[in-house]
Amino acid sequence: MNQHAPSSDTIVEVENLGKRYGSLVAVDDVSFNICRGETFALLGPNGAGKSTTIEILEGYRDRTSGTVRVLGVDPQKGGVAWKAQLGIVLQSSAEAAQVTVREQVEQFAAYYDHPRDVEEVIAAVGLTEKAKTRIGKLSGGQRRRVDVALGVIGRPQLLFLDEPTTGFDPEARRHFWELIRSLKADGTTILLTTHYLDEAAQLADRVAVIAAGKLVEIGPVDTIGGAEARVPIVRWRDHAGLHEERTLEPAALAARLLDAAAGEPRDLEIVRPSLEDVYLGLVGAADRNPASARTTTGEPAHV
Amino acid sequence: MSEQTLNRPTVPTGVPALSRGRGIRLGLKRIGYEVRVYFRLGDQVFFTFLFPVVMLSIFSAAFSASGNVGTNADGSGGISQGAYFLPGMIAAGILLSGVQNLATDIANEKSDGTLKRLGGSPLPVISYFTGKMGQVFVTSIAQVALLLVVARVVFSIELPTEPEKWVTFAWLYLLGIVTSAVLGIALSAVPRSGKSATAVVIPIVLVLQFISGVYLMFTMLPEWLQNIASLFPLKWLAQGMRSVFLPESFAALEQNGAWELGAVAINLLIWCVLGLVLSRLSFRWIRKDG
Repeated sequence: MNQHAPSSDTIVEVENLGKRYGSLVAVDDVSFNICRGETFALLGPNGAGKSTTIEILEGYRDRTSGTVRVLGVDPQKGGVAWKAQLGIVLQSSAEAAQVTVREQVEQFAAYYDHPRDVEEVIAAVGLTEKAKTRIGKLSGGQRRRVDVALGVIGRPQLLFLDEPTTGFDPEARRHFWELIRSLKADGTTILLTTHYLDEAAQLADRVAVIAAGKLVEIGPVDTIGGAEARVPIVRWRDHAGLHEERTLEPAALAARLLDAAAGEPRDLEIVRPSLEDVYLGLVGAADRNPASARTTTGEPAHV
Repeated sequence: MSEQTLNRPTVPTGVPALSRGRGIRLGLKRIGYEVRVYFRLGDQVFFTFLFPVVMLSIFSAAFSASGNVGTNADGSGGISQGAYFLPGMIAAGILLSGVQNLATDIANEKSDGTLKRLGGSPLPVISYFTGKMGQVFVTSIAQVALLLVVARVVFSIELPTEPEKWVTFAWLYLLGIVTSAVLGIALSAVPRSGKSATAVVIPIVLVLQFISGVYLMFTMLPEWLQNIASLFPLKWLAQGMRSVFLPESFAALEQNGAWELGAVAINLLIWCVLGLVLSRLSFRWIRKDG
């Protein structure tokens, strides 16, 4: 299967991307594609190169090596017509403390030829009651929602979300997820970075894990890390202490334990590794052995 | 990377062209937004917009007892201290509305993420600057108007009635405000952070005001300081404004005993071009890859 050839539905192409700051290698030989309509999550610890990668795609930073195409355009040469097709939610909010939510959203709506409805967008991010409030008077989470509103107001083909839900309370995050799902349903392609693995599991079709500038894993949410990383874990305790065994037949093991112990085994648990467990395993492995960049198929990490 | 990858045809995803004339349309829209934000900032309104009026009031009050300027030998005639300093205050207002206002405003927008966000939006750079220039024009015209009204109504300062004086005023004002605005844009590149912006900009503007004959009579300064001040545009703008608002006889009090409007125009034009070139070279939506 040749995954290298981009189809006409490929909206983002990243090939052998590299970025250096002096002697520091921030991004090292990263390759991936994003298809139209897909929600793609970039995961990784702080300083792994997620934001550098996303800012290269947004046109904010110049790459050192490799090829990048976003909507068929090299971001270093993207003009206003190209920017009009993008929605960008940066990692940090901009100030604009003196204008109201509605004034700000209206202002940005004017920059696009076919914007979404201002009131609808304000409602979608849950700020209808704050529409006349100056942005400087909003809480951190509310300001973040203004950022999201400005990101989607232009009806972008491709939406970049760099840690969008930082500072949200759990309810606001659920609402945000609903908003993202409705954007997905409209056909918006989304590139998301997040620290919340449950967020990636909820929203993303595919995820890529970056550690120390390298792509260590890429694939659909329910297969990354490979089948092995998802083998359920059975834990129990007996006179010898705590035991842990990974098996594809956890119920059978539990039944055997029941027989052997002639009674209920102590502290019995059957755990199916979550995306978070898989992720921590991957990042931990990358820290221990930086050369082990592999995909689920065992090929070098290119898609 | 192979040649092949480089030459591969680009993906035919659509980037449709934008509507025509949006640069100007969005620029006009930005003016309204910028002016609104300007008047919502208390410190901006006080230290830039009202400052010349406040200073004129203080000067008129403080020196009301020290007699008139340019009196005859017998102490008769002359004009009030307020009237003498009014043209300087107008020139200072033009400097504040352009240089101080834009240099701190843009430096702040650079550091608080506003420019980064705009740089990622399809707002053309030209629209952004149309908005800034429009804001400078609107606020400085209001500022000059307020200054003239206060001078006339509160301090009973006689304003010129000859149309040719007002023609001189018009070109001086236009050249002055454009020069001041482009220099403000150029200077906004200097502060490394928004917090340091006022610390960088205000001393420059304040020193210029003191050495350019705004608060002190220019010819009272030592000659070397006059020579330094003569390099900068404020001295010339203030001198030009005095030619509009002071009686002809006051030309004798100038550095070379004349208004020198030609030299005024040349100095301002040089700074205007320099400001344009520097702004063009230095402006970026963000500092890329610091």
